[in-house]
Amino acid sequence: MSQRNVIPFGPQHPVLPEPIHLDLVTEDETVVEAIPSIGFVHRGLEKLVEKKDYQDFVYVAERICGICSFMHGMTYCQAVEEVMGIAVPERALYLRTVWAELSRVHSHLMWLGLAADAFGFESLFMNCWKLREGILDIIEATTGGRVIFGSCKIGGVRRDIDGDTMKGIVEKLDRIAAEIRHTTDVFLNDYSVQHRLKEVGVMSGEEAYALGTVGPVLRASGVAMDARKIGYAAYRNLKFEPVVEKSGDCHARCRVRVREIFQSIDLIGQAARKMPEGEIAVKVTGAPSGEYFSRVEQPRGEVIYYVKANGTKNLQRFRVRTPTFANLPAMVRMLKGASIADVPNIILTVDPCISCIER
Amino acid sequence: MFFKKSPWIIHYDATSCNGCDIEVIASLTPMYDLERFGIINTGNPKHADIFVVTGSVNESSHQVVKNIYDQMPNPKVVVAVGICATSGGIFRECYNVLGGVDTVIPVDVYVPGCAARPESIIDGIIKALDILERRLVEFRKAKTEARRQEKKLRRYHLND
Amino acid sequence: MIEEQTTIAVGKDELLGTVSDFHSQGYRLVQICCTALGDTIEIHYSFDKDYRFTNLRLTVKPGEEIQSVSIIYWSAFAYENEMSELFGVKIRNIVVDYKGHFYRTAVATPFVATETDEKNDTGKE
Repeated sequence: MSQRNVIPFGPQHPVLPEPIHLDLVTEDETVVEAIPSIGFVHRGLEKLVEKKDYQDFVYVAERICGICSFMHGMTYCQAVEEVMGIAVPERALYLRTVWAELSRVHSHLMWLGLAADAFGFESLFMNCWKLREGILDIIEATTGGRVIFGSCKIGGVRRDIDGDTMKGIVEKLDRIAAEIRHTTDVFLNDYSVQHRLKEVGVMSGEEAYALGTVGPVLRASGVAMDARKIGYAAYRNLKFEPVVEKSGDCHARCRVRVREIFQSIDLIGQAARKMPEGEIAVKVTGAPSGEYFSRVEQPRGEVIYYVKANGTKNLQRFRVRTPTFANLPAMVRMLKGASIADVPNIILTVDPCISCIER
Repeated sequence: MFFKKSPWIIHYDATSCNGCDIEVIASLTPMYDLERFGIINTGNPKHADIFVVTGSVNESSHQVVKNIYDQMPNPKVVVAVGICATSGGIFRECYNVLGGVDTVIPVDVYVPGCAARPESIIDGIIKALDILERRLVEFRKAKTEARRQEKKLRRYHLND
Repeated sequence: MIEEQTTIAVGKDELLGTVSDFHSQGYRLVQICCTALGDTIEIHYSFDKDYRFTNLRLTVKPGEEIQSVSIIYWSAFAYENEMSELFGVKIRNIVVDYKGHFYRTAVATPFVATETDEKNDTGKE
């Protein structure tokens, strides 16, 4: 006779670097229902637009999430630029692409480490984070910051990367890529990793699509959806195909992220070769008026920024729909029927960013 | 007497943007390696000596921060990492933010920065070690004194 | 211009019909977003299919009740709970209804301007 229990999970939990609370209704060792409750990181920064002017708000947008901070700033700038009809210089678009891809690499490496920590592979965790420092060194050398770059502004970017530095970055990335491959081979081939991740948290492509899932979670279920294909920034001039895996389990999500690391490194190489000379920013005057939905592919999936302005310095409404918010229903679905020991793995492979969800 | 040679830390994200969190974890990993000081990141408040909080506190998280602090055994030290944990930072004016961590629990070391760099996090934690050691001496003194008082009471059968 | 975005105005009564149209055509629910404009509230339902972005715009008055679309798109429950908590929009039949305890904010319906909206510093529950 099985007995129903409710196990509280979080907000403070050893595998979670961030607070989310789940009530896991269990029958013996199986989760029959998971009820998420959020609000531990809710700050209400969407309302800050009423107090900060639209150019200063880039700083707030970058601090929605410290992991993909550059992409948050970039999406916000894109939204305002579209509303105001600003033509951003081509070189600035390429520079944005380079920094965006660098943040994708660092985010995925960070995730691989945290995932290794979740299934108890401590040395793999340390190794991934050591490799990540190489990427952070490049970021720090080009922007001055390690996690919050502050290099994007409305109308372009703040800093330039000169030709020699760019060449050095590409060479360094090639060197790091070889080291990364050495570590990611463990994720792809190691018996114990496969044992923990294969056939865990399976989600079919139809179900994932119906739930509005985005990013690597959706692509791991066999749906080729990558917002970079819309062609913002310099992506319209670069060659790439969305990374797709078929099986839809935790290991597939892991494989998607591993392959995306190398795809990003390749994209940085392409961008470095094609980068034109010229200005890196245009002067922005006046105030925006109108509305626009800006979409960008972040490491965790597609992010939507909605900006509505009425011709004053302060925006009327600013709204972010972050990828993890869209993946939350999928996470709840995947937890249903999982074993209690697999719960940390399933949560981690969604790559939740709680400060993104709640803003 | 070598308490500060192996303190364990517990990390909680009150409402941080993740920037400081990943820097706290980065300072524990091979590049910066806080573990060389005998420091281990634990998930259990009952094992921890140093409480590292990132981010300001909000409506829901202030109770969690207080709970974790209360569950930690004495002596204990609190390190507030990042400008949000110090004063609320850029999110100070948000409707759901109550302010820095010191509005809920006493803070011993403030680490500035947005995001705080691993070097300054390490500095902050090393500073906390001295405070921890000092607090341990006081704690032992108080305990010895309490024991002495109790013995005295027992001698005169005053605590029956 | 990065991409074309179409916006279709929709009435309160046609909402469910139009949304199920989108569902049967294989669109993905991208997001639901709420904007408070003084005396009206604007709600955007965004859909996407093969990178084509389409919006439905619904305008309601504060306090007006609308139907939940979560019976068509299950994942809409998160957006609708957010709307009802932050904007005070009344939504009927949400599949998973948190009844205003999704974020548990310090101020009730912070985005709809009232006199008592000033920052609440008491920190009491």
